[in-house]
Amino acid sequence: MSHGNMNLTLKIWRQNSGSEPGQLVTYPVKDISPDMSFLEMFDVLNEQLVAKNESPIVFDHDCREGICGMCSMVINGRAHGPKTGITTCQLHMRSFKDGDTIVVEPWRAQAFPVIKDLTVDRSSFERIQAKGGFISVNTGTAQDANCLPIPKDDADASFNAAACIGCGACVATCKNASAMLFVAAKVSQFALLPQGKVEATTRVKNMVAQMDAEGFGSCTNTGACEVECPKGISLENIARMNREYLVANCVS
Amino acid sequence: MSNSSPSFLKSSLGKKFIMGFTGLFLISFLVVHVCINACIYFNDSGETFNMAAHFMSHNIIIRVVEVGLFIGIILHIVQALIIIMHNNKARPQKYAVQNQAVSSKWYSRSMGLLGTLLLMFLIVHLANFWVPTKIAVYTGKEQNSFEELKEVFANPIILVVYLLGIVSLFYHLLHGFQSAFQSFGLNHKKYTPFIKSFGFWYSLLICLVFASMPITLYLGLIK
Ligand code: SF4
Ligand code: FES
Repeated sequence: MSHGNMNLTLKIWRQNSGSEPGQLVTYPVKDISPDMSFLEMFDVLNEQLVAKNESPIVFDHDCREGICGMCSMVINGRAHGPKTGITTCQLHMRSFKDGDTIVVEPWRAQAFPVIKDLTVDRSSFERIQAKGGFISVNTGTAQDANCLPIPKDDADASFNAAACIGCGACVATCKNASAMLFVAAKVSQFALLPQGKVEATTRVKNMVAQMDAEGFGSCTNTGACEVECPKGISLENIARMNREYLVANCVS
Repeated sequence: MSNSSPSFLKSSLGKKFIMGFTGLFLISFLVVHVCINACIYFNDSGETFNMAAHFMSHNIIIRVVEVGLFIGIILHIVQALIIIMHNNKARPQKYAVQNQAVSSKWYSRSMGLLGTLLLMFLIVHLANFWVPTKIAVYTGKEQNSFEELKEVFANPIILVVYLLGIVSLFYHLLHGFQSAFQSFGLNHKKYTPFIKSFGFWYSLLICLVFASMPITLYLGLIK
């Protein structure tokens, strides 16, 4: 074992399909470099499993640089692991110690059913988006950049909300499995811009209605989502959505 | 886009709004309650306190507000039960390991438990004071509320029950106060720190004054 490498015990959720029960299965891994990412450690484990003719652990991942939001894992009881402000793919093994036991589970929510092992179906987020997470614009030549002046603070807040990558860590973390932070980010990014004003009323009403219909829980303002969100989406967005929703229901 | 949303009050956001609204209403009642309690500190054998208590139990406007208060409490509880039942369904399969302490305060996650303790306390509290007062009002009996107070708080078990009730109230308020503003959509970089610290000092002050009453009476510091 080269210097600083670790031997770990992994307890990983294995589940063949959504309709079958799953359980935590223990896998020892040896000689893990602290410079590996968490997902690379999974790659090593999966190669060992394949070599032994066992089925590899299925987990979501795509960009491996914190922008796609696919790498959904609850690691030792925390969405995306022990660090804040990062996704699982940005987590490095140096965050663990030799001899550690690491428990890895999928996102747990009624609205995120398990597909296999650590992979969950997040299409509920897409259905919410489809209800209003867009603006209607005419196609044609792009407008002159300065003909719609937007205050810097609004532009920044909108941009920060738009940084949401739809990973679902907020739902996974929330004790109520509520999707408020995600939906609030998607509502806010448009609510702050003049382009979003046209559909403001129907957007928030329809997106909230879809959120409820998908079976997400109801927010109780514990604030856990904000802490675990890899993109630092703030609770202010939830307040903004509450406000938008209240206004939308008053005007129509 | 068509409008396919259910009614405001049935939506998850509307329910939060009712929780916050009824909560703040009950919070405002606590101010009245605590002020009347504080009347014992005139230390005049309960003369001022009895006057205030008599006003509260006989004034017609207060009678009407009292009905509103009970409606508020019931709405708050019913709404909470609906939300809790809904939320329990939102995560049918629990985590084997969940480290919640790092991302949220225990009392923000325990509002249901704290609320249940408060309800149990409230029942004891109503049985101790509200029911005898009602009986006295309807039978037209003269009532010395202050003497009743001293009698009830002479019992150390009652004292402990009250102090536990007040501790539950403190933590319930600590989360509830600022949470209500968030549900109304009032969150602002500049004002939210103020709302939060106001909520903290409010909760602390109210609960300290509430707690001081049974303690001073039990110890016989106020006669
Ligand atoms: S709000 Fe944050 S945690 Fe929730 S989906 Fe968006 S990026 Fe992920
Ligand atoms: S794999 Fe894309 S964010 Fe982690």
